[in-house]
Amino acid sequence: MDETPRRDFLAVREVAKLFQIGDELVAALSGVNLVIDKGEFVCLIGASGCGKSTLLRIIAGFEQPSSGRVEIYGHPVTGAGSDRGMVFQDFALFPWLTVRENIAFGPRQKGLPTTRVREIADEYLNMVGLAPFADRFPAQLSGGMKQRVAIARVLANEANILLMDEPFGALDALTREQLQDELLQIWARTGVTVIFVTHSVEEATLMADRVVVMTAGPGRIEADIPIMLERPRDVSSPDFNEVRRSLTQRLTSHVRRQLKAA
Amino acid sequence: MTPTASAALRAEDPAVVAAGEAADATVDQARPVIVPTGAAPFKTGSFAAEPKVKPEPGPLVPERVQSLLLAVAFPLLLIVAWHELVVLSGTRLVPTPYQVGLMMVDFAVGGIHDDAFSGTILTHLLASMQRVYGGFALAIILGVPLGLLIGRVKVIRQLVDPTLSLLRPIPVTAWLPLSMIFFGLGPRSAVFLVFLGAFYPIVLNTVFGVRSVDPKLFEAASMLGCDGSRMFRQVVLPAATPSIFNGLRLAHGFAWILIVVGEMTGVPTGLGSVIMDGRNLSRTDLIITGMIVIGIAGIATDRLIVRLNNRVLRWSPQHHG
Ligand SMILES: Nc1ncnc2c1ncn2[C@@H]1O[C@H](COP(=O)(O)OP(=O)(O)O)[C@@H](O)[C@H]1O
Ligand SMILES: [Mg+2]
Repeated sequence: MDETPRRDFLAVREVAKLFQIGDELVAALSGVNLVIDKGEFVCLIGASGCGKSTLLRIIAGFEQPSSGRVEIYGHPVTGAGSDRGMVFQDFALFPWLTVRENIAFGPRQKGLPTTRVREIADEYLNMVGLAPFADRFPAQLSGGMKQRVAIARVLANEANILLMDEPFGALDALTREQLQDELLQIWARTGVTVIFVTHSVEEATLMADRVVVMTAGPGRIEADIPIMLERPRDVSSPDFNEVRRSLTQRLTSHVRRQLKAA
Repeated sequence: MTPTASAALRAEDPAVVAAGEAADATVDQARPVIVPTGAAPFKTGSFAAEPKVKPEPGPLVPERVQSLLLAVAFPLLLIVAWHELVVLSGTRLVPTPYQVGLMMVDFAVGGIHDDAFSGTILTHLLASMQRVYGGFALAIILGVPLGLLIGRVKVIRQLVDPTLSLLRPIPVTAWLPLSMIFFGLGPRSAVFLVFLGAFYPIVLNTVFGVRSVDPKLFEAASMLGCDGSRMFRQVVLPAATPSIFNGLRLAHGFAWILIVVGEMTGVPTGLGSVIMDGRNLSRTDLIITGMIVIGIAGIATDRLIVRLNNRVLRWSPQHHG
Protein backbone atom coordinates (compact mmCIF):
# COMPACT_ATOMS: atom_id res chain seq x y z
CA MET A 1 0.00 0.00 0.00
CA ASP A 2 1.07 3.53 -0.71
CA GLU A 3 1.84 5.20 2.61
CA THR A 4 2.27 8.81 1.48
CA PRO A 5 -0.92 10.78 2.28
CA ARG A 6 -2.63 11.61 -0.97
CA ARG A 7 -4.04 15.03 -1.40
CA ASP A 8 -7.14 14.04 -3.30
CA PHE A 9 -8.91 16.84 -5.09
CA LEU A 10 -12.34 15.91 -3.78
CA ALA A 11 -12.90 13.06 -1.36
CA VAL A 12 -16.05 11.75 0.28
CA ARG A 13 -14.98 9.66 3.26
CA GLU A 14 -17.28 7.24 5.12
CA VAL A 15 -20.20 9.60 4.78
CA ALA A 16 -23.48 8.58 6.39
CA LYS A 17 -26.63 10.62 6.64
CA LEU A 18 -29.62 9.94 8.87
CA PHE A 19 -32.90 11.76 8.53
CA GLN A 20 -35.47 11.97 11.26
CA ILE A 21 -38.83 11.16 9.70
CA GLY A 22 -41.47 11.28 12.43
CA ASP A 23 -40.15 9.07 15.21
CA GLU A 24 -37.98 7.07 12.87
CA LEU A 25 -34.37 7.59 11.90
CA VAL A 26 -33.92 6.76 8.23
CA ALA A 27 -30.48 6.16 6.77
CA ALA A 28 -30.32 8.03 3.46
CA LEU A 29 -26.59 7.33 3.05
CA SER A 30 -24.26 4.88 4.70
CA GLY A 31 -20.54 4.34 4.29
CA VAL A 32 -20.14 6.34 1.12
CA ASN A 33 -16.59 6.70 -0.16
CA LEU A 34 -15.73 8.48 -3.36
CA VAL A 35 -12.62 10.17 -4.68
CA ILE A 36 -12.86 12.48 -7.64
CA ASP A 37 -9.96 13.94 -9.58
CA LYS A 38 -9.70 17.49 -10.74
CA GLY A 39 -11.39 17.97 -14.08
CA GLU A 40 -13.26 14.67 -13.99
CA PHE A 41 -16.79 14.34 -15.26
CA VAL A 42 -18.56 11.94 -12.91
CA CYS A 43 -22.15 10.81 -13.33
CA LEU A 44 -24.13 9.57 -10.33
CA ILE A 45 -26.84 7.19 -11.37
CA GLY A 46 -29.35 5.17 -9.41
CA ALA A 47 -33.02 4.66 -8.64
CA SER A 48 -34.82 7.58 -7.10
CA GLY A 49 -34.62 7.74 -3.34
CA CYS A 50 -31.17 6.15 -3.21
CA GLY A 51 -29.56 9.31 -1.87
CA LYS A 52 -28.04 10.97 -4.94
CA SER A 53 -29.40 14.40 -4.09
CA THR A 54 -28.46 14.00 -0.46
CA LEU A 55 -24.87 13.15 -1.39
CA LEU A 56 -24.68 16.12 -3.73
CA ARG A 57 -26.10 18.44 -1.09
CA ILE A 58 -23.57 17.21 1.45
CA ILE A 59 -20.76 17.88 -1.02
CA ALA A 60 -22.25 21.33 -1.63
CA GLY A 61 -22.23 21.97 2.12
CA PHE A 62 -25.98 22.57 2.26
CA GLU A 63 -26.33 19.55 4.49
CA GLN A 64 -23.98 18.18 7.19
CA PRO A 65 -23.20 14.46 7.13
CA SER A 66 -24.27 12.52 10.24
CA SER A 67 -20.81 10.96 10.19
CA GLY A 68 -17.82 11.00 7.90
CA ARG A 69 -16.70 14.04 5.96
CA VAL A 70 -16.11 15.61 2.61
CA GLU A 71 -12.64 16.98 1.89
CA ILE A 72 -11.25 19.23 -0.79
CA TYR A 73 -7.47 18.95 -1.03
CA GLY A 74 -7.67 17.45 2.44
CA HIS A 75 -9.60 20.32 3.96
CA PRO A 76 -12.97 19.33 5.39
CA VAL A 77 -16.03 21.01 3.90
CA THR A 78 -18.03 22.78 6.60
CA GLY A 79 -20.57 24.75 4.59
CA ALA A 80 -21.51 26.18 1.24
CA GLY A 81 -18.60 27.72 -0.63
CA SER A 82 -17.87 29.51 -3.85
CA ASP A 83 -15.63 26.69 -5.07
CA ARG A 84 -18.69 24.44 -5.41
CA GLY A 85 -21.65 25.53 -7.47
CA MET A 86 -24.96 23.70 -7.45
CA VAL A 87 -27.10 23.63 -10.56
CA PHE A 88 -30.60 22.70 -9.43
CA GLN A 89 -33.10 20.75 -11.50
CA ASP A 90 -35.64 23.55 -11.08
CA PHE A 91 -33.01 26.24 -11.70
CA ALA A 92 -33.43 28.24 -8.45
CA LEU A 93 -32.71 31.51 -10.23
CA PHE A 94 -33.52 34.74 -8.43
CA PRO A 95 -36.77 35.66 -10.17
CA TRP A 96 -36.47 39.38 -9.35
CA LEU A 97 -33.10 39.69 -11.06
CA THR A 98 -32.52 39.85 -14.79
CA VAL A 99 -30.41 37.24 -16.56
CA ARG A 100 -27.35 39.49 -16.32
CA GLU A 101 -27.98 40.30 -12.67
CA ASN A 102 -28.40 36.62 -11.84
CA ILE A 103 -25.05 35.84 -13.42
CA ALA A 104 -23.48 38.84 -11.70
CA PHE A 105 -24.80 37.80 -8.27
CA GLY A 106 -21.63 35.97 -7.17
CA PRO A 107 -19.12 38.55 -8.42
CA ARG A 108 -21.20 41.30 -6.81
CA GLN A 109 -20.94 39.63 -3.40
CA LYS A 110 -17.16 39.82 -3.69
CA GLY A 111 -17.35 43.60 -3.74
CA LEU A 112 -15.68 43.96 -7.14
CA PRO A 113 -16.05 47.29 -8.92
CA THR A 114 -19.29 47.58 -10.89
CA THR A 115 -17.53 47.71 -14.26
CA ARG A 116 -15.62 44.52 -13.47
CA VAL A 117 -18.79 42.77 -12.31
CA ARG A 118 -20.44 43.69 -15.58
CA GLU A 119 -17.46 42.49 -17.59
CA ILE A 120 -17.57 39.11 -15.88
CA ALA A 121 -21.33 38.83 -16.33
CA ASP A 122 -21.08 39.66 -20.03
CA GLU A 123 -18.28 37.16 -20.54
CA TYR A 124 -20.41 34.34 -19.16
CA LEU A 125 -23.54 35.61 -20.88
CA ASN A 126 -21.65 35.13 -24.13
CA MET A 127 -20.35 31.76 -23.06
CA VAL A 128 -23.87 30.38 -22.70
CA GLY A 129 -25.15 32.31 -25.71
CA LEU A 130 -27.64 34.42 -23.78
CA ALA A 131 -26.33 37.90 -24.56
CA PRO A 132 -29.51 38.85 -26.47
CA PHE A 133 -31.58 37.95 -23.40
CA ALA A 134 -29.45 39.72 -20.81
CA ASP A 135 -32.22 42.02 -19.63
CA ARG A 136 -34.98 39.45 -19.43
CA PHE A 137 -36.31 38.10 -16.18
CA PRO A 138 -36.23 34.34 -15.54
CA ALA A 139 -40.02 34.12 -15.92
CA GLN A 140 -39.55 35.24 -19.52
CA LEU A 141 -37.16 32.42 -20.43
CA SER A 142 -37.60 28.85 -21.59
CA GLY A 143 -36.40 26.01 -19.36
CA GLY A 144 -33.25 25.49 -21.39
CA MET A 145 -32.35 29.15 -21.18
CA LYS A 146 -32.94 29.17 -17.43
CA GLN A 147 -30.58 26.28 -16.98
CA ARG A 148 -27.94 28.06 -19.07
CA VAL A 149 -28.26 31.03 -16.71
CA ALA A 150 -27.86 28.72 -13.72
CA ILE A 151 -24.69 27.23 -15.21
CA ALA A 152 -23.29 30.66 -16.08
CA ARG A 153 -24.13 31.90 -12.59
CA VAL A 154 -21.93 29.34 -10.84
CA LEU A 155 -19.13 29.61 -13.42
CA ALA A 156 -19.09 33.40 -13.05
CA ASN A 157 -18.65 32.80 -9.34
CA GLU A 158 -15.44 30.89 -10.20
CA ALA A 159 -16.81 27.57 -9.00
CA ASN A 160 -14.49 24.80 -10.12
CA ILE A 161 -16.79 22.00 -9.06
CA LEU A 162 -20.19 21.90 -10.72
CA LEU A 163 -22.75 19.91 -8.77
CA MET A 164 -25.63 19.17 -11.09
CA ASP A 165 -28.75 17.45 -9.75
CA GLU A 166 -30.66 16.09 -12.73
CA PRO A 167 -30.09 19.48 -14.36
CA PHE A 168 -31.69 18.58 -17.66
CA GLY A 169 -34.45 16.40 -16.23
CA ALA A 170 -37.12 19.04 -16.67
CA LEU A 171 -36.24 19.84 -20.29
CA ASP A 172 -37.60 18.49 -23.54
CA ALA A 173 -35.45 16.02 -25.47
CA LEU A 174 -34.12 18.44 -28.07
CA THR A 175 -33.19 21.13 -25.57
CA ARG A 176 -31.61 18.47 -23.38
CA GLU A 177 -29.34 17.31 -26.21
CA GLN A 178 -28.33 20.86 -26.92
CA LEU A 179 -27.47 21.56 -23.30
CA GLN A 180 -25.56 18.28 -23.02
CA ASP A 181 -23.42 19.46 -25.93
CA GLU A 182 -22.90 22.89 -24.48
CA LEU A 183 -22.05 21.56 -21.05
CA LEU A 184 -19.47 19.21 -22.51
CA GLN A 185 -17.90 22.09 -24.39
CA ILE A 186 -17.81 24.29 -21.31
CA TRP A 187 -16.40 21.45 -19.26
CA ALA A 188 -13.72 20.74 -21.84
CA ARG A 189 -12.82 24.36 -22.14
CA THR A 190 -12.79 25.39 -18.51
CA GLY A 191 -11.48 22.23 -16.88
CA VAL A 192 -14.16 22.32 -14.17
CA THR A 193 -14.95 19.16 -12.30
CA VAL A 194 -18.52 18.00 -12.79
CA ILE A 195 -20.62 15.73 -10.61
CA PHE A 196 -23.77 15.09 -12.54
CA VAL A 197 -26.80 13.22 -11.24
CA THR A 198 -28.89 11.54 -13.88
CA HIS A 199 -31.52 8.87 -14.35
CA SER A 200 -30.53 8.19 -17.90
CA VAL A 201 -27.97 5.58 -18.89
CA GLU A 202 -27.69 7.22 -22.28
CA GLU A 203 -26.90 10.58 -20.72
CA ALA A 204 -24.31 9.03 -18.41
CA THR A 205 -22.68 7.20 -21.32
CA LEU A 206 -22.54 10.38 -23.33
CA MET A 207 -21.17 12.66 -20.63
CA ALA A 208 -19.18 10.73 -18.05
CA ASP A 209 -15.56 9.81 -17.53
CA ARG A 210 -16.87 7.61 -14.74
CA VAL A 211 -20.31 6.41 -13.82
CA VAL A 212 -20.92 5.92 -10.12
CA VAL A 213 -23.87 3.60 -9.49
CA MET A 214 -25.78 4.06 -6.25
CA THR A 215 -28.33 1.77 -4.64
CA ALA A 216 -30.86 2.41 -1.93
CA GLY A 217 -31.63 1.12 1.54
CA PRO A 218 -29.39 2.69 2.82
CA GLY A 219 -27.91 4.68 -0.03
CA ARG A 220 -24.42 3.55 -0.93
CA ILE A 221 -22.10 3.22 -3.88
CA GLU A 222 -22.57 -0.08 -5.68
CA ALA A 223 -20.21 0.25 -8.62
CA ASP A 224 -17.77 2.68 -10.17
CA ILE A 225 -17.51 2.21 -13.90
CA PRO A 226 -15.09 4.08 -16.17
CA ILE A 227 -16.40 5.02 -19.60
CA MET A 228 -13.55 4.57 -22.03
CA LEU A 229 -15.17 6.13 -25.09
CA GLU A 230 -13.31 8.77 -27.07
CA ARG A 231 -14.69 12.27 -27.11
CA PRO A 232 -16.59 13.77 -28.78
CA ARG A 233 -18.91 10.81 -28.49
CA ASP A 234 -21.30 9.78 -31.16
CA VAL A 235 -24.53 8.35 -29.78
CA SER A 236 -25.20 6.49 -33.02
CA SER A 237 -21.86 4.66 -33.16
CA PRO A 238 -21.66 0.92 -32.45
CA ASP A 239 -19.07 1.54 -29.70
CA PHE A 240 -21.39 3.93 -27.90
CA ASN A 241 -24.27 1.48 -28.07
CA GLU A 242 -22.08 -1.32 -26.83
CA VAL A 243 -21.00 0.67 -23.77
CA ARG A 244 -24.53 1.81 -23.11
CA ARG A 245 -25.87 -1.73 -23.34
CA SER A 246 -23.34 -3.14 -20.93
CA LEU A 247 -23.95 -0.27 -18.50
CA THR A 248 -27.68 -0.95 -18.68
CA GLN A 249 -27.08 -4.63 -18.04
CA ARG A 250 -24.95 -3.94 -15.00
CA LEU A 251 -27.59 -1.60 -13.66
CA THR A 252 -30.45 -4.05 -14.13
CA SER A 253 -28.46 -6.89 -12.60
CA HIS A 254 -27.89 -4.71 -9.53
CA VAL A 255 -31.57 -4.01 -9.33
CA ARG A 256 -32.41 -7.70 -9.74
CA ARG A 257 -29.96 -8.69 -7.02
CA GLN A 258 -31.46 -6.06 -4.76
CA LEU A 259 -34.97 -7.31 -5.39
CA LYS A 260 -33.88 -10.86 -4.60
CA ALA A 261 -32.25 -9.71 -1.39
CA ALA A 262 -35.36 -7.86 -0.32
CA MET B 1 -34.03 10.63 -27.79
CA THR B 2 -33.48 9.66 -31.38
CA PRO B 3 -29.88 8.66 -32.02
CA THR B 4 -29.85 9.67 -35.67
CA ALA B 5 -31.19 13.15 -35.03
CA SER B 6 -28.75 13.87 -32.25
CA ALA B 7 -25.86 12.44 -34.24
CA ALA B 8 -26.69 14.76 -37.06
CA LEU B 9 -26.84 17.68 -34.65
CA ARG B 10 -23.44 16.92 -33.27
CA ALA B 11 -21.75 16.05 -36.53
CA GLU B 12 -22.87 19.17 -38.26
CA ASP B 13 -21.63 21.54 -35.64
CA PRO B 14 -17.99 22.42 -36.24
CA ALA B 15 -17.88 24.34 -32.95
CA VAL B 16 -18.37 21.10 -31.06
CA VAL B 17 -15.36 19.48 -32.64
CA ALA B 18 -13.23 22.58 -32.33
CA ALA B 19 -14.05 22.99 -28.68
CA GLY B 20 -13.47 19.32 -28.12
CA GLU B 21 -9.95 19.63 -29.50
CA ALA B 22 -9.22 22.79 -27.59
CA ALA B 23 -10.34 20.97 -24.49
CA ASP B 24 -7.36 18.66 -24.18
CA ALA B 25 -5.10 21.66 -23.83
CA THR B 26 -7.00 23.25 -20.98
CA VAL B 27 -8.08 20.34 -18.81
CA ASP B 28 -4.79 20.15 -16.93
CA GLN B 29 -4.58 23.80 -16.04
CA ALA B 30 -4.72 24.71 -12.40
CA ARG B 31 -7.85 26.79 -12.41
CA PRO B 32 -10.57 26.89 -14.97
CA VAL B 33 -9.49 29.47 -17.45
CA ILE B 34 -12.28 30.84 -19.49
CA VAL B 35 -10.99 31.90 -22.84
CA PRO B 36 -12.79 35.07 -23.78
CA THR B 37 -14.73 34.53 -26.92
CA GLY B 38 -15.23 36.90 -29.76
CA ALA B 39 -17.88 35.33 -31.91
CA ALA B 40 -19.99 33.06 -29.72
CA PRO B 41 -18.59 29.59 -30.38
CA PHE B 42 -21.47 27.84 -28.73
CA LYS B 43 -24.74 27.15 -30.26
CA THR B 44 -27.26 29.47 -28.79
CA GLY B 45 -30.02 27.15 -29.76
CA SER B 46 -33.13 28.06 -31.61
CA PHE B 47 -33.90 30.75 -29.04
CA ALA B 48 -31.63 33.28 -30.64
CA ALA B 49 -33.68 33.06 -33.79
CA GLU B 50 -36.96 33.37 -31.94
CA PRO B 51 -39.39 34.98 -34.35
CA LYS B 52 -40.93 38.24 -33.27
CA VAL B 53 -44.65 37.65 -32.75
CA LYS B 54 -46.60 40.14 -34.78
CA PRO B 55 -49.54 41.64 -32.94
CA GLU B 56 -52.80 40.42 -34.38
CA PRO B 57 -54.88 42.99 -36.22
CA GLY B 58 -57.04 44.59 -33.52
CA PRO B 59 -60.78 43.99 -33.24
CA LEU B 60 -63.21 46.72 -34.34
CA VAL B 61 -63.64 48.03 -30.80
CA PRO B 62 -60.27 48.24 -29.06
CA GLU B 63 -59.95 46.12 -25.92
CA ARG B 64 -59.48 49.16 -23.66
CA VAL B 65 -62.56 50.94 -24.93
CA GLN B 66 -64.66 47.84 -24.56
CA SER B 67 -63.49 47.26 -21.01
CA LEU B 68 -64.21 50.90 -20.15
CA LEU B 69 -67.70 50.74 -21.67
CA LEU B 70 -68.52 47.59 -19.73
CA ALA B 71 -67.14 49.07 -16.51
CA VAL B 72 -69.37 52.12 -16.90
CA ALA B 73 -72.45 50.23 -18.10
CA PHE B 74 -73.13 48.39 -14.87
CA PRO B 75 -73.12 51.40 -12.49
CA LEU B 76 -75.27 53.30 -15.01
CA LEU B 77 -77.76 50.46 -14.90
CA LEU B 78 -77.74 50.55 -11.10
CA ILE B 79 -78.34 54.31 -11.12
CA VAL B 80 -81.29 53.92 -13.47
CA ALA B 81 -82.74 51.17 -11.28
CA TRP B 82 -82.18 53.31 -8.18
CA HIS B 83 -83.99 56.25 -9.79
CA GLU B 84 -86.93 54.11 -10.89
CA LEU B 85 -87.28 52.46 -7.50
CA VAL B 86 -87.30 55.79 -5.67
CA VAL B 87 -89.81 57.30 -8.05
CA LEU B 88 -92.10 54.24 -8.17
CA SER B 89 -92.14 53.67 -4.41
CA GLY B 90 -92.51 57.39 -3.68
CA THR B 91 -90.18 57.12 -0.67
CA ARG B 92 -88.85 60.29 0.91
CA LEU B 93 -86.15 58.47 2.86
CA VAL B 94 -83.89 57.96 -0.13
CA PRO B 95 -82.97 60.74 -2.57
CA THR B 96 -82.92 60.23 -6.32
CA PRO B 97 -79.58 59.97 -8.09
CA TYR B 98 -80.24 63.43 -9.45
CA GLN B 99 -80.55 64.88 -5.95
CA VAL B 100 -77.34 63.18 -4.92
CA GLY B 101 -75.70 64.56 -8.04
CA LEU B 102 -76.79 68.06 -7.05
CA MET B 103 -75.45 67.49 -3.57
CA MET B 104 -72.12 66.36 -4.96
CA VAL B 105 -71.80 69.46 -7.09
CA ASP B 106 -72.74 71.59 -4.10
CA PHE B 107 -70.26 69.74 -1.90
CA ALA B 108 -67.56 70.33 -4.46
CA VAL B 109 -68.14 73.91 -5.59
CA GLY B 110 -71.19 75.19 -3.71
CA GLY B 111 -73.89 77.41 -5.21
CA ILE B 112 -76.85 75.04 -4.84
CA HIS B 113 -77.82 74.53 -1.20
CA ASP B 114 -75.38 77.09 0.23
CA ASP B 115 -75.22 75.53 3.68
CA ALA B 116 -72.43 74.45 6.02
CA PHE B 117 -71.32 71.75 3.57
CA SER B 118 -71.23 73.75 0.35
CA GLY B 119 -67.83 73.77 -1.30
CA THR B 120 -66.16 71.96 1.63
CA ILE B 121 -65.11 68.80 -0.15
CA LEU B 122 -61.40 69.59 -0.06
CA THR B 123 -61.40 70.34 3.66
CA HIS B 124 -63.00 67.01 4.48
CA LEU B 125 -61.24 64.95 1.86
CA LEU B 126 -57.81 66.27 2.78
CA ALA B 127 -58.48 65.76 6.48
CA SER B 128 -59.47 62.13 5.89
CA MET B 129 -56.61 61.48 3.49
CA GLN B 130 -54.11 62.86 5.96
CA ARG B 131 -55.37 60.50 8.64
CA VAL B 132 -55.62 57.50 6.32
CA TYR B 133 -52.14 57.94 4.91
CA GLY B 134 -50.72 58.86 8.31
CA GLY B 135 -52.03 55.69 9.93
CA PHE B 136 -51.21 53.63 6.84
CA ALA B 137 -47.64 54.94 6.69
CA LEU B 138 -47.16 54.28 10.40
CA ALA B 139 -48.42 50.73 9.88
CA ILE B 140 -45.96 50.20 7.01
CA ILE B 141 -43.03 51.69 8.90
CA LEU B 142 -43.64 49.44 11.89
CA GLY B 143 -45.34 46.48 10.23
CA VAL B 144 -42.93 45.60 7.41
CA PRO B 145 -39.74 45.50 9.52
CA LEU B 146 -41.55 43.65 12.31
CA GLY B 147 -42.92 41.15 9.79
CA LEU B 148 -39.46 40.62 8.29
CA LEU B 149 -38.00 40.03 11.74
CA ILE B 150 -40.79 37.68 12.85
CA GLY B 151 -40.44 35.72 9.63
CA ARG B 152 -36.68 35.48 9.74
CA VAL B 153 -35.62 35.45 13.41
CA LYS B 154 -36.90 32.54 15.44
CA VAL B 155 -36.51 34.19 18.85
CA ILE B 156 -38.52 37.20 17.78
CA ARG B 157 -41.17 34.93 16.30
CA GLN B 158 -41.40 33.03 19.59
CA LEU B 159 -41.48 36.30 21.50
CA VAL B 160 -44.10 38.20 19.51
CA ASP B 161 -46.18 35.71 17.58
CA PRO B 162 -48.36 34.37 20.42
CA THR B 163 -49.25 37.91 21.52
CA LEU B 164 -50.10 38.95 17.98
CA SER B 165 -52.26 35.86 17.52
CA LEU B 166 -54.08 36.69 20.74
CA LEU B 167 -54.75 40.32 19.79
CA ARG B 168 -55.59 39.68 16.17
CA PRO B 169 -59.16 38.28 16.52
CA ILE B 170 -60.20 41.42 18.41
CA PRO B 171 -62.05 43.58 15.88
CA VAL B 172 -60.29 46.89 15.49
CA THR B 173 -63.55 48.71 16.22
CA ALA B 174 -63.49 47.15 19.69
CA TRP B 175 -60.45 49.32 20.35
CA LEU B 176 -62.49 52.45 19.77
CA PRO B 177 -63.51 53.15 23.39
CA LEU B 178 -59.98 52.58 24.67
CA SER B 179 -58.48 54.67 21.92
CA MET B 180 -60.87 57.49 22.75
CA ILE B 181 -59.68 57.34 26.36
CA PHE B 182 -56.02 57.27 25.30
CA PHE B 183 -56.14 59.81 22.51
CA GLY B 184 -59.24 61.83 23.28
CA LEU B 185 -62.08 62.67 20.95
CA GLY B 186 -59.78 64.03 18.27
CA PRO B 187 -58.33 62.88 14.99
CA ARG B 188 -55.48 61.07 16.75
CA SER B 189 -57.95 58.44 17.81
CA ALA B 190 -58.95 57.94 14.17
CA VAL B 191 -55.32 57.66 13.09
CA PHE B 192 -54.73 55.07 15.77
CA LEU B 193 -57.64 52.96 14.51
CA VAL B 194 -56.40 53.21 10.94
CA PHE B 195 -52.95 52.19 12.11
CA LEU B 196 -54.28 49.16 14.00
CA GLY B 197 -56.45 48.06 11.09
CA ALA B 198 -53.62 48.36 8.57
CA PHE B 199 -50.97 46.92 10.84
CA TYR B 200 -52.17 43.31 11.01
CA PRO B 201 -52.55 42.60 7.28
CA ILE B 202 -49.15 44.18 6.66
CA VAL B 203 -47.38 42.21 9.39
CA LEU B 204 -49.09 38.91 8.59
CA ASN B 205 -48.49 39.14 4.85
CA THR B 206 -44.88 40.16 5.34
CA VAL B 207 -44.33 37.20 7.66
CA PHE B 208 -46.00 34.92 5.16
CA GLY B 209 -43.82 36.29 2.37
CA VAL B 210 -40.64 35.71 4.32
CA ARG B 211 -41.66 32.25 5.47
CA SER B 212 -42.54 31.08 1.98
CA VAL B 213 -39.26 31.95 0.26
CA ASP B 214 -38.02 28.90 -1.63
CA PRO B 215 -35.24 27.48 0.60
CA LYS B 216 -33.22 26.74 -2.55
CA LEU B 217 -32.85 30.48 -3.08
CA PHE B 218 -31.09 30.74 0.27
CA GLU B 219 -28.84 27.84 -0.70
CA ALA B 220 -28.13 29.38 -4.08
CA ALA B 221 -27.33 32.74 -2.47
CA SER B 222 -25.08 31.22 0.16
CA MET B 223 -23.05 29.25 -2.37
CA LEU B 224 -22.60 32.52 -4.25
CA GLY B 225 -21.10 34.14 -1.18
CA CYS B 226 -24.13 35.99 0.18
CA ASP B 227 -24.86 35.87 3.91
CA GLY B 228 -26.10 37.72 6.98
CA SER B 229 -27.60 41.13 6.42
CA ARG B 230 -26.87 40.95 2.69
CA MET B 231 -29.03 37.82 2.54
CA PHE B 232 -31.76 39.82 4.19
CA ARG B 233 -31.56 42.67 1.71
CA GLN B 234 -30.78 40.75 -1.44
CA VAL B 235 -32.94 37.64 -1.01
CA VAL B 236 -35.47 37.86 1.81
CA LEU B 237 -36.78 41.32 1.03
CA PRO B 238 -37.22 40.96 -2.75
CA ALA B 239 -38.65 37.46 -2.39
CA ALA B 240 -41.21 38.70 0.12
CA THR B 241 -42.21 41.75 -1.92
CA PRO B 242 -45.20 40.18 -3.73
CA SER B 243 -46.68 39.17 -0.42
CA ILE B 244 -45.89 42.54 1.16
CA PHE B 245 -47.79 44.25 -1.64
CA ASN B 246 -50.77 41.97 -1.05
CA GLY B 247 -50.68 43.14 2.54
CA LEU B 248 -50.48 46.78 1.51
CA ARG B 249 -53.54 46.53 -0.70
CA LEU B 250 -55.57 44.78 1.97
CA ALA B 251 -54.38 47.22 4.61
CA HIS B 252 -55.24 50.19 2.47
CA GLY B 253 -58.81 48.93 2.16
CA PHE B 254 -59.09 48.52 5.92
CA ALA B 255 -57.61 51.96 6.42
CA TRP B 256 -60.52 53.60 4.59
CA ILE B 257 -63.05 51.49 6.46
CA LEU B 258 -61.58 52.50 9.79
CA ILE B 259 -61.15 56.18 9.05
CA VAL B 260 -64.91 56.46 8.69
CA VAL B 261 -65.48 54.69 12.00
CA GLY B 262 -62.79 56.84 13.63
CA GLU B 263 -64.21 60.09 12.30
CA MET B 264 -67.72 59.27 13.45
CA THR B 265 -66.70 59.94 17.03
CA GLY B 266 -66.91 63.65 17.29
CA VAL B 267 -64.19 64.78 14.91
CA PRO B 268 -65.30 68.05 13.27
CA THR B 269 -63.77 67.35 9.85
CA GLY B 270 -63.38 64.35 7.57
CA LEU B 271 -65.65 62.32 5.34
CA GLY B 272 -66.70 60.14 8.28
CA SER B 273 -67.86 63.20 10.16
CA VAL B 274 -69.77 64.39 7.07
CA ILE B 275 -71.62 61.06 6.96
CA MET B 276 -72.32 61.28 10.68
CA ASP B 277 -73.63 64.83 10.32
CA GLY B 278 -75.81 63.64 7.45
CA ARG B 279 -77.28 61.02 9.74
CA ASN B 280 -77.94 63.52 12.53
CA LEU B 281 -79.56 65.91 10.07
CA SER B 282 -81.41 63.13 8.23
CA ARG B 283 -79.72 64.27 5.02
CA THR B 284 -79.42 61.07 3.03
CA ASP B 285 -78.12 62.94 -0.01
CA LEU B 286 -75.21 64.09 2.14
CA ILE B 287 -74.61 60.58 3.48
CA ILE B 288 -74.54 59.07 0.00
CA THR B 289 -72.32 61.87 -1.26
CA GLY B 290 -69.83 61.15 1.53
CA MET B 291 -69.90 57.45 0.66
CA ILE B 292 -69.25 58.12 -3.01
CA VAL B 293 -66.33 60.44 -2.32
CA ILE B 294 -64.76 57.80 -0.04
CA GLY B 295 -65.22 55.20 -2.75
CA ILE B 296 -63.52 57.34 -5.36
CA ALA B 297 -60.64 58.32 -3.07
CA GLY B 298 -60.18 54.66 -2.12
CA ILE B 299 -60.10 53.47 -5.73
CA ALA B 300 -57.68 56.20 -6.72
CA THR B 301 -55.17 55.20 -4.07
CA ASP B 302 -55.68 51.52 -4.75
CA ARG B 303 -54.85 52.13 -8.42
CA LEU B 304 -51.70 53.95 -7.33
CA ILE B 305 -50.66 50.99 -5.19
CA VAL B 306 -51.39 48.59 -8.05
CA ARG B 307 -49.28 50.67 -10.41
CA LEU B 308 -46.43 50.73 -7.95
CA ASN B 309 -46.92 46.98 -7.50
CA ASN B 310 -46.71 46.36 -11.24
CA ARG B 311 -43.58 48.46 -11.48
CA VAL B 312 -41.77 46.88 -8.56
CA LEU B 313 -42.92 43.35 -9.45
CA ARG B 314 -42.45 43.55 -13.18
CA TRP B 315 -40.35 40.39 -12.86
CA SER B 316 -43.36 38.42 -11.69
CA PRO B 317 -46.12 38.11 -14.28
CA GLN B 318 -48.53 36.43 -11.86
CA HIS B 319 -48.36 39.33 -9.43
CA HIS B 320 -49.71 41.96 -11.70
CA GLY B 321 -52.91 43.40 -10.24
N1 LIG C 1 -34.72 16.67 4.21
C1 LIG C 1 -35.06 15.36 4.30
N2 LIG C 1 -35.76 14.93 5.36
C2 LIG C 1 -36.09 13.64 5.48
N3 LIG C 1 -35.77 12.69 4.60
C3 LIG C 1 -35.08 13.05 3.52
C4 LIG C 1 -34.69 14.41 3.31
N4 LIG C 1 -33.99 14.47 2.15
C5 LIG C 1 -33.97 13.22 1.67
N5 LIG C 1 -34.61 12.36 2.48
C6 LIG C 1 -34.75 10.91 2.28
O1 LIG C 1 -33.50 10.40 1.94
C7 LIG C 1 -33.60 9.44 0.91
C8 LIG C 1 -32.73 9.85 -0.27
O2 LIG C 1 -33.30 10.99 -0.89
P1 LIG C 1 -32.62 11.71 -2.12
O3 LIG C 1 -31.21 12.00 -1.75
O4 LIG C 1 -33.46 12.84 -2.48
O5 LIG C 1 -32.67 10.59 -3.23
P2 LIG C 1 -32.48 10.72 -4.81
O6 LIG C 1 -31.98 12.08 -5.11
O7 LIG C 1 -31.51 9.64 -5.16
O8 LIG C 1 -33.80 10.45 -5.42
C9 LIG C 1 -35.06 9.34 0.56
O9 LIG C 1 -35.59 8.21 1.22
C10 LIG C 1 -35.65 10.60 1.10
O10 LIG C 1 -36.96 10.39 1.51
MG1 LIG D 1 -32.88 13.60 -6.28
